[in-house]
Amino acid sequence: MSWFKYSSPQTFYPLAGKMLPWFAALAALLGLVGLYIAFFLAPTDFQQGEAYRIIFIHVPAAWMSMFIYAVMAFWAGIGLVFNTRLSSMMAHALAPTGALMTFIALWTGSFWGRPTWGAWWVWDARLTSELILLFLYLGYLALVAAIDDPRRGDKASAVLALVGAINVPIIYFSVQWWNTLHQGSSISMTRAPSMASIMLIGMLVMVFAFWAYSIAAALMRVRCEILSRERHSAWLRTLEDI
Amino acid sequence: MHWSSVGEFLAMGGYGLYVWGAYAVTALIIVAETIALIRRARTLRAETSRSAHAAAD
Repeated sequence: MSWFKYSSPQTFYPLAGKMLPWFAALAALLGLVGLYIAFFLAPTDFQQGEAYRIIFIHVPAAWMSMFIYAVMAFWAGIGLVFNTRLSSMMAHALAPTGALMTFIALWTGSFWGRPTWGAWWVWDARLTSELILLFLYLGYLALVAAIDDPRRGDKASAVLALVGAINVPIIYFSVQWWNTLHQGSSISMTRAPSMASIMLIGMLVMVFAFWAYSIAAALMRVRCEILSRERHSAWLRTLEDI
Repeated sequence: MHWSSVGEFLAMGGYGLYVWGAYAVTALIIVAETIALIRRARTLRAETSRSAHAAAD
């Protein structure tokens, strides 16, 4: 089997349709398990009381906001270099979900910051770089929408996505590089996690739920992109099950 | 069980506004995105099969 077989919209469209229900079901299942752990198994935090329970959606959304951007920049770059239209469609399909994840991270962070820091918003390095990420997503989407010729839009938006990718490591390392109000990472590759294991398990389950959801949403949107861009192609007419 | 009543669960130890404010908006966004995608896919599929039939005639 060749992976390149699925690099054309024609072959990827039905494949995405087959994968979609699995990722959607996985997202729902993991979401339910994660929420059960978050609200019924995880204990009260000794410092933050029940307010810390926001972590179970805040951290997954924040991770996905950065991860989706990296994947989006990757596909945009592939589309730019190899001129493959499916790669560019993949990048476009990821952007709205990435923007929503960024918004969720900022919103839940704000609702966590108010009771713990006493402020809805502070101009801290972590928060500011995450806000810049939201503007990068919105700028990318605006650029895609503003250019009528889709192939030119793919190229211009790919350049923006690639330049903006520099912001992802800045967000990630911001808590180390600057003296921020935002706490450092709870999970690190080099040391033991600084949280109770049931809290950690709940958070990781929610991370996988958000990940599966993002894939499902992106697959659904890439199918829409394919339909709207290839609507005059002959292959669409021969498709039995649209 | 962690909570002794529904009221206690909703109160979230006094942080109800913050916890539920965060969760409600997150749920709203995910539900809204899903519905919007399902509707867009349905419209596009209908348009595509219509034009496919038109081409076949």
